[in-house]
Amino acid sequence: MSWLEVLRFSGHALGQHRRRSLLSLLGVTIGIVAVISLTALGEGARRYVTDQFSSLGSGLLIVIPGRNETTGALPGIGGVPNDLTLDDARALERQLPEVVTMVPITAGSGSVSHLERSRQVLIIGSTSDFRRVRELQITRGRFLPTGEVSRGAPVVVLGRKIARELFDEQNPVGQPVRVGDWRMRVIGVLATRGTQMGVDMDEAVIVPVATGLRMMNRNSLMRIILQLRPQVDMEKAKRRVLAIMSERHDEEDITCLTQEAVLSSLSAILRTLTLVVAGIAGVSLTVAGIGIMNVMLVSVSERTAEVGLLKALGASGREILAIFLIEAVLLSTAGGVLGLAIGWLLIDLLVALYPALPASPPLWAVLAVFGVSFGTGTVFGVLPAWRASRLDPVAALAAR
Amino acid sequence: MIRVEDIWRTYTMGDQELHALRDVSEEIADGEHIAIMGPSGSGKSTLLNILGCLDRPSRGSYQLDGREVATLEPDELSRIRLHRIGFIFQAFHLVPRLNALANVALPMVFDGIPPAERHERAARALDAVGLERWADHRPSELSGGQKQRVAIARATIMGPSVLLADEPTGNLDTHSGGQVLELLDELHQQGMTLIVVTHDPNVARRAGRVLVLHDGEVTRHVVGASVTDLATLFAQPEPGK
Repeated sequence: MSWLEVLRFSGHALGQHRRRSLLSLLGVTIGIVAVISLTALGEGARRYVTDQFSSLGSGLLIVIPGRNETTGALPGIGGVPNDLTLDDARALERQLPEVVTMVPITAGSGSVSHLERSRQVLIIGSTSDFRRVRELQITRGRFLPTGEVSRGAPVVVLGRKIARELFDEQNPVGQPVRVGDWRMRVIGVLATRGTQMGVDMDEAVIVPVATGLRMMNRNSLMRIILQLRPQVDMEKAKRRVLAIMSERHDEEDITCLTQEAVLSSLSAILRTLTLVVAGIAGVSLTVAGIGIMNVMLVSVSERTAEVGLLKALGASGREILAIFLIEAVLLSTAGGVLGLAIGWLLIDLLVALYPALPASPPLWAVLAVFGVSFGTGTVFGVLPAWRASRLDPVAALAAR
Repeated sequence: MIRVEDIWRTYTMGDQELHALRDVSEEIADGEHIAIMGPSGSGKSTLLNILGCLDRPSRGSYQLDGREVATLEPDELSRIRLHRIGFIFQAFHLVPRLNALANVALPMVFDGIPPAERHERAARALDAVGLERWADHRPSELSGGQKQRVAIARATIMGPSVLLADEPTGNLDTHSGGQVLELLDELHQQGMTLIVVTHDPNVARRAGRVLVLHDGEVTRHVVGASVTDLATLFAQPEPGK
């Protein structure tokens, strides 16, 4: 009996119980829909994040104070790392010819107020080049002035939402505001940008980096971003950054990341997350499999006499096994295909609602759906099919 | 050629042993027409199932066409059933979701015969039992007699040498039962060995030989034509056969 014949025979038998078949494959459908849509979401999130990072452009080096690796020293002995100062930043810019742009960044929180209105905000201290690195737009006024980074002018650029909350629809440019204890003048307002790399730029204010450091009463920058010339060997540049900083601090107490490294580790984290979520959704497939097993057991006991007859006519145990196994596999695979279709539809709907999220099921998930639904049918179909194949023909024929 | 020697079929029920067949030895030549008779529970069906390779004797030897089959594995037995043996049941045992043609064609599926040939052969077989016009009908749309004729077409489609019938007319009225018996006689005349289990003296009378079973033992052999009624047949066991 060829596989095609088994397929025909089994398919025909399933067709006799349309409602029951449909209900039992629905379990698989739901499981597959869950797997497909969750992996699509995870993959969408991963792509969203990596897109954001790559929009920063390649050739970025990020310098962060503190060693990122285990040193082996006992806690407390390693000591506090040296400050990453503005002087360090300028030294890097001077001594590395491959640096095109150097952007020092400091950040903290504080209040910003105008007349009687006040609001807690994220205060970012940086330079005029911050705007280019973060691709920010200005709706009113201008961004931070260019010039010597150590000159801390008392000026501030407001995020769109902050500007609206403090000034309603008035033009804030030229108006005085109080940032922390400092009186400052608004020189510009950012265009709506939304959350970027975890920071909602609409709810932040930006001040010159020297001003920011003084306001927060610190010497250390949060990070320095170095934009390198295109086609520069990133690893070599990274080693030179470490060398310069070691010389300045007398020890290696900074971390230098390439944007690619950040990107790939973030991407790896999100991929792991996607896998975990897919695994959890996969558990529902086990439940679905048990449903199929149940239906197949019922089917075998209903068709005991038929099994006896098929054996009397000359069907071997293996053929009986194949017939019932294929029925289970047909059920689960049909459920899988249906789930794939519904999942795809859901994702399309989601993307239509949130176009920013590039959600689509990864290819591996689509392929896995077929594998898994096929596997579910096989694993959970084996027991009922094996039972059918082992039925004693004489006893089976007497049943009914 | 069927030859069984000293076969027993024993069932174990708890700690009790039940002998459905005791020490049965018999030889049936090719082309014979045998009826097996006996009261309920005498082991008629058990003997038929063993002859049909559906069941294996607990002890003893069974040679079918010179081949020892009592010790064969279940899958080897299924091949023998497919090619050598045709079964006809009292309850017809047609697959309800398949039409008459597909039911007749079923054994050929297990032999891997291509669909076109199956279709053609099954159609011819239906024609031979006078049901060519019912090919598309499902069993539920057929009368009892028609069902049994479909079953006979199915039992003979693989050209078996032995045809086994367990109460073939038990569920039929006299008229359609008669048609079925005519059909079986025809097949016997074509050279098939025919073994029928029956309660009906009118069916047994058509057989060349009648085996009478009692408590799992063959107690009498009579000539089919001599069968009159069950009472005389069952009541006087011949001592020492």
